[in-house]
Amino acid sequence: MNLTLKIWRQKNASDKGKMVDYKINDVSPDMSFLEMLDVLNTELIEKGDDPVAFDHDCREGICGMCSLYINGEAHGPDRGITTCQLHMRKFKDGDTIYIEPFRAKAFPVIKDLVVDRSSFDRVQHAGGFISVNTSGNTQDANAIPINKHDADASFDAATCIGCGACVASCKNSSAMLFVSAKVSQFALLPQGQVEATDRVLNMVKQMDEEGFGNCTNTGACEVECPKGISLENIARMNREFLNASLKG
Amino acid sequence: MSGFLKSSIGRKIAMALSALFLMIFLLQHFAINITSVFSESLFNELSHFMGTNPVVQFALQPILIFGVIFHFVMGFVLEIKNKGARNVKYVKNHGAANSSWMSRNMIWSGLVILAFIVLHFIDFWFPEINHKYIEFLPEDPNRYYHEVVEKFHSPIRVGAYVVAFVLLAMHLLHGFSSAFQSVGANNKYTRGLKGFGKAYAILIPLGFIFIALFHHINGH
Amino acid sequence: MATLDSKTPAGPLKDKWTNHKNNIDLVNPANKRLIDVIVVGTGLAGGSAAATLAELGYNVKAFCFQDSPRRAHSIAAQGGINAAKNYQGDGDSTYRLFYDTVKGGDYRSREANVYRLAEVSANIIDQCVAQGVPFARDYGGLLDNRSFGGVLVSRTFYAKGQTGQQLLLGAYSAMNRQIGRGKIQMYNRHEMLDVVIVDGKARGIIARNLVTGEIERHSAHAVVLGTGGYGNVFFLSTNAMGSNVTAAWKAHKRGAYFANPCYTQIHPTCIPVSGDHQSKLTLMSESLRNDGRIWVPKNMEDVMAIREGRLKPTEIAEENRDYYLERRYPAFGNLVPRDVASRAAKERCDAGYGVNATGEAVYLDFASAIQRYGKEQAHIKGLNEDDAALVKELGQEVVRAKYGNLFQMYEKIVDQNPYETPMMIYPAVHYTMGGIWVDYNLMTTVPGLYAIGEANFSDHGANRLGASALMQGLADGYFVLPYTIGDYLSNDIRTGKISTDTPEFDEAEKAVKEKIDFFINNNGTKSVDYFHKRLGKVMWNKVGMSRNAKGLEEAMAEIKQIREEFWKDVRVPGSADEYNEELAKAGRVADFLELGELFAKDALHRNESCGGHFREESVEQDGEQKGEAKRNDADFAYVAAWEYKGEPGDAVLHKEELEFKDIELKQRSYK
Repeated sequence: MNLTLKIWRQKNASDKGKMVDYKINDVSPDMSFLEMLDVLNTELIEKGDDPVAFDHDCREGICGMCSLYINGEAHGPDRGITTCQLHMRKFKDGDTIYIEPFRAKAFPVIKDLVVDRSSFDRVQHAGGFISVNTSGNTQDANAIPINKHDADASFDAATCIGCGACVASCKNSSAMLFVSAKVSQFALLPQGQVEATDRVLNMVKQMDEEGFGNCTNTGACEVECPKGISLENIARMNREFLNASLKG
Repeated sequence: MSGFLKSSIGRKIAMALSALFLMIFLLQHFAINITSVFSESLFNELSHFMGTNPVVQFALQPILIFGVIFHFVMGFVLEIKNKGARNVKYVKNHGAANSSWMSRNMIWSGLVILAFIVLHFIDFWFPEINHKYIEFLPEDPNRYYHEVVEKFHSPIRVGAYVVAFVLLAMHLLHGFSSAFQSVGANNKYTRGLKGFGKAYAILIPLGFIFIALFHHINGH
Repeated sequence: MATLDSKTPAGPLKDKWTNHKNNIDLVNPANKRLIDVIVVGTGLAGGSAAATLAELGYNVKAFCFQDSPRRAHSIAAQGGINAAKNYQGDGDSTYRLFYDTVKGGDYRSREANVYRLAEVSANIIDQCVAQGVPFARDYGGLLDNRSFGGVLVSRTFYAKGQTGQQLLLGAYSAMNRQIGRGKIQMYNRHEMLDVVIVDGKARGIIARNLVTGEIERHSAHAVVLGTGGYGNVFFLSTNAMGSNVTAAWKAHKRGAYFANPCYTQIHPTCIPVSGDHQSKLTLMSESLRNDGRIWVPKNMEDVMAIREGRLKPTEIAEENRDYYLERRYPAFGNLVPRDVASRAAKERCDAGYGVNATGEAVYLDFASAIQRYGKEQAHIKGLNEDDAALVKELGQEVVRAKYGNLFQMYEKIVDQNPYETPMMIYPAVHYTMGGIWVDYNLMTTVPGLYAIGEANFSDHGANRLGASALMQGLADGYFVLPYTIGDYLSNDIRTGKISTDTPEFDEAEKAVKEKIDFFINNNGTKSVDYFHKRLGKVMWNKVGMSRNAKGLEEAMAEIKQIREEFWKDVRVPGSADEYNEELAKAGRVADFLELGELFAKDALHRNESCGGHFREESVEQDGEQKGEAKRNDADFAYVAAWEYKGEPGDAVLHKEELEFKDIELKQRSYK
């Protein structure tokens, strides 16, 4: 199939940037979206042009490195997948495809479609851990049985890949789904209780300082999340935060 | 607690609590208004009570006004902050793919409701205040019903009323369950609550519209 | 030819590690504050090492090329992590895990290292649970286990199909805590481009900031490489796009020996290549072979009809199907080890029986399993076992519960419904057992330079068992390196800060800059990928699943040829002082082009078949095992560690003889 691509090009963080049109022909429906961009880039390089920069690594939907806002949606039109798992068969011959970087003040553009998501890391530095040293004589893993329901819910929250689709999709650029997933993972486990109060206060404080917007419960994040992280996590974080604020 | 109200979640919770308060007020308001449809005397009695009871007038009324002002001021503050969290807009954004129109446009439905409240103040509340506390006109416990019927005589007023309540329904369709989500309610009752919220969001505004049309049509 | 000293401690196998820990030198807490350690790579090995070293009090600088440590490719591991906990009470023990690992590695690993690995495996699970890693649990709230990779016990801990992700996030959270405390300085989007050796010791690295293009000098008292494997030398592999050999290769060029580069694991259940645009391959968990039956058509007419779309696989009658694994290996059937299953698929496809357009795919069929489970369920529920539609529905439900996420992934990629039609699979490069040679302390042949995780060679021999990669990465990072490195660093407590303003740093930085300038100014005509793909084709065809002397010699020559063309004709757009992925790729592919040749040379010299390395010249000549891989313990029971001498082809071989005092060497048989 033949496509028209409208791609955001921006030389570096201080450049203003603009949409640029590209034509690409003979795209196979079996290609992944990123493979289609690979083909475009090879053409650009051979023509002597600058290839389109985009983030990617594992190309199997788990590392969270790939991003892209495709036709107005994070990770494109399909559900439950990252951009690297999006296949060209989801598009038709003659389509025009808009490709933009994830947009948020807290995700500044580095180049073209590559954005800086280190704000996510900083939120995690503020409290996304359980303080336990490596010693080799930690208590036995089966010393505390954990109710399967809680363990599974904790796992579901922990499957977040930190891609930032929630922020990109949210009309407010809110990072609540991401932060709440981490808060929930630990809040649901007995190991996480000791530091629960400080964790949620510190992580939310950092989240606010990074310049993410507020949650208005539109639910866009949950729909666009490649891992289906549930809005319940946000409710849980709100509760944890309220409890922690009343305590502290 | 000042730190709490500076945090994103604290503000959200405050927004939700003020919303829950306003929803309770709305229910109470509706309960009184609907009596006008079937009992002139009951409506007059209740209105007289509300209009003259000192607890209602000097305790609840200021709280209500504070609640309304807090809700919309906080709404604006959040909207401005949220807009600022994305400094470069998308060229193409397909919001309908992942969220409802209502949820994305609370500020607009809110503004229409705010405009209506302003009108409502000018139309109803200022004359009332004037009547009671400025000109100290004599209180007639039976004046309320006739005043209401008189007001709904105007098709323009009824039209504005209908538009405002349609927008209120939309505001509530998102707002009701959103308020519970914001305060962290999430348990086995959540689903039931969502259903209830939808019913509330549609039936209460519909009821207000019904009252307006009822009096408009039968008031001659 | 020199012999290498592994510095394995003396004494009985089971006491070696304990005695060693008791006898090595320690650095006191006050002095640890004076010592800097660089950790390159933040996967399970690098991430856990960085966190633990920082907990101990060292000043750690950690580097990763991704935008966050959490994205290292350990995250993609699906199946699980082994540990000798014996929670299931099925007779597992440290010794059994040790034995299975050595045997699975086809007796080409270092006994003492493997025993230590088995010994610390249980600690890993305790540590991870304490960190909040949400492993799967049973209804009693205790940890669940599954059996994996043809071993006789259930010792694999898992978190659905995302065990690697959960373990990596655990290590990442431990790192976050130390980053927050300021004990780890994290350098994201940085790529190490050289090791700096001062007075014979590793004292720092040269790194490029991938965002600004700036070349940076970083000094430390020791350098740890946890930079993963080099499977991407094949271009197509299940590795991440960015996975590369550069850090390891630069270390090699600075004096670290490279061990057993030819030991590569080829995973049998990957999604086949769909066309020339393919950029990477996707693995599906090995667990699929528990229920799927592997086959190709018996008759060539059927193969042709399928390729041309005239026939569907479901229309081929049972008697016209060749369940070749069940035919060749009646005892293990579809559950033969990874290398055996992979070679058998290649054998059928080479004979022309491949079932997709490229001729490189075989079927993995769940129809029998669906029938079997369906009948079972109908029986349990008291329903009609002869109702075909009902049985199918019930059976599909069971299969969905077990493999639903994998089936969904397959359908997303291939656009076929695997509940209705057999899956197509083909082997793909997955893991490299070879790597930088290290001694018992995980130190390379360069003092102060360490290698951990997949980047080193030590624990898996010629073949890695399923669910053991995660175990080794975390064992090295959490429990081994942080102790052994103290022994070395105890001599550095009075050294003071290492200066970066020395001729050694000048020289290393200059070389790095010259190479970058070369790429930018080369003005060739072909993209980096063009050469990488060509290299990959040679590797796959001649140094892949099945190797022979002639092919390997050709491969060496061809790779050298591609390398020469690469340097003449590669085109790298853009400039050096900006975000430039092509430039980063060019540096990586340049190193792959050198490694590839050494890889082939190693495969050529090892004229035996062992584990993932199969030489057509070394097969059983007769008897029941005729045609199967034949190991040659008399001549090849050693580690081949290569010393760099200017050209990959000129590398000099050093041997570390492997002694097996606690295990008897046997030929593998799956008949």
